[in-house]
Amino acid sequence: MKRVMKVLFFGLLVKPLVLIVLGMNIRGRERLPSRGPAVIAANHNSHLDVLVLMSLFPLSQLHRVRPVAAADYFLRNPLISWFSRTCICIIPIDRSGHAEQDTLFSDCQQALDQNEILIIFPEGSRGDPEKIGKIRKGIFYLLKERLDTPIFPVVMHGLGRALPRGEALLVPFNCDVVVGEPLPRPESAAQLTRQLGDAFAAQLEHCVTRQEAD
Amino acid sequence: MFDLPPHSAYAMAAVLGLLVIASVIRLVLRWRKPDKDYTELRQRIQSWWWMVGVLFVVLAANKNIAIAFFGFLSFLALKEFLSILSVRQADRRAVFWAYVAIPLQYYWVSIGWYGMFIIFIPVFVFLFLPMRMVLIGETKGFIRSAGTLHWAVMLTVFSISHIAYLLTLPVKNPDAGALGLVLFILFMTQFNDVCQYVWGKMLGRHKIIPKVSPNKTWEGFIGGVGTITLCAGFAAPLLTPLTFSQGLVAGLLIGIGGFIGDVVISSVKRDLQIKDTGTLIPGHGGILDRIDSLLYTAPLFFHYLYYVAY
Repeated sequence: MKRVMKVLFFGLLVKPLVLIVLGMNIRGRERLPSRGPAVIAANHNSHLDVLVLMSLFPLSQLHRVRPVAAADYFLRNPLISWFSRTCICIIPIDRSGHAEQDTLFSDCQQALDQNEILIIFPEGSRGDPEKIGKIRKGIFYLLKERLDTPIFPVVMHGLGRALPRGEALLVPFNCDVVVGEPLPRPESAAQLTRQLGDAFAAQLEHCVTRQEAD
Repeated sequence: MFDLPPHSAYAMAAVLGLLVIASVIRLVLRWRKPDKDYTELRQRIQSWWWMVGVLFVVLAANKNIAIAFFGFLSFLALKEFLSILSVRQADRRAVFWAYVAIPLQYYWVSIGWYGMFIIFIPVFVFLFLPMRMVLIGETKGFIRSAGTLHWAVMLTVFSISHIAYLLTLPVKNPDAGALGLVLFILFMTQFNDVCQYVWGKMLGRHKIIPKVSPNKTWEGFIGGVGTITLCAGFAAPLLTPLTFSQGLVAGLLIGIGGFIGDVVISSVKRDLQIKDTGTLIPGHGGILDRIDSLLYTAPLFFHYLYYVAY
């Protein structure tokens, strides 16, 4: 049932929206993993980010792609919660900092065990439009027991103009999506955040969309 | 099923014939030099098949579908243009209104309201967008933003809508119909690009504007303009109400205009330090990379035709 809803939602609504209203300049699409366990680590500026990332996958693979999303935001009322769980199939995560590390990531671990592909936004929040914020260490602790899992850095640019944080009006703009090579196996949290930061910066160079600040 | 005027049907068949020849040449090339990489050539020709196929289907379908198609083309081009320009975050709502101008402009086209079609963007949109930006209130970078936004709308919406208006003009050459005019301007413009490229490759020595486009030469330019002038002279009486000599003038305008449109978009890309404006059309780049010359040739041809034949 969930899988049907997800395919309908993406096939009828999200893919046409992303292709026609937004439009993408994609580089490195062929690098995307076709099955898990794998992690997509992307920068985050807009609610559209996750829709764009998921629409890169064919409908037949979509059920394996699971975004890790803030429980405080996406489970905040029954309607949004139903939508997030059914149409997007998020893995909710507690951002409060009170949860135990073992239980915090148990759903993510289970998903990776089932060969699913996780989408993680390591900045932890959408932040200012078109700016890459501080990369947090959570992604390392999530993967601590399985550091061989490939991590694909993905940079998106332009979506912060199409639908920035706090705005309801979507204005069409093309966006860039640059998929990078999987990162080398990290040894420490600091190393992983550094690798990700470097990969994001390098991939940003390939973007053709521009912003006044650039 | 489709009720095409005879000359337009022949022109479409000729274009499809050219595509078949291009595909055959590519296959021969691959067969004779199997170790050489022809990926880009293959993508280019495949994309041509798609573009020509979609265009012919909508043109043959009916007038309003064809007008809506050009409106959609304007939308894609404007979106691509605004995405590579440095539009401020504060301008989002003004940009939204620029998009709203597209269906309105093409609506005027579809009802044949020439007066509104010709002033809507240069007057009303021109006056309205800066006002909307004032209401947002961000003054830093205002001049540049107002300028680029209106320039983008003029090029991608106003210019392209001239192609659609050709479909609304009263038919003066019944053998070709309204379709003939559209096929004429599209074919001559794209063929001009090809001719300038081929002449430049064969004879090109003297650079024409090295700072903008290092590959453009006087030989390519003159050879292309000459070829198109002649071709247009012969094709005009078949596809348009123009005579042979009027067709020569139209060809001259298209040859020169096409070159200018091409280098104007090249300058934009050079300024932004990007190679292509997008990746929508494999082998060609973005929409703007493909229609750059059309941005100039469409209004130039339209107003020449409107002046001499209407």
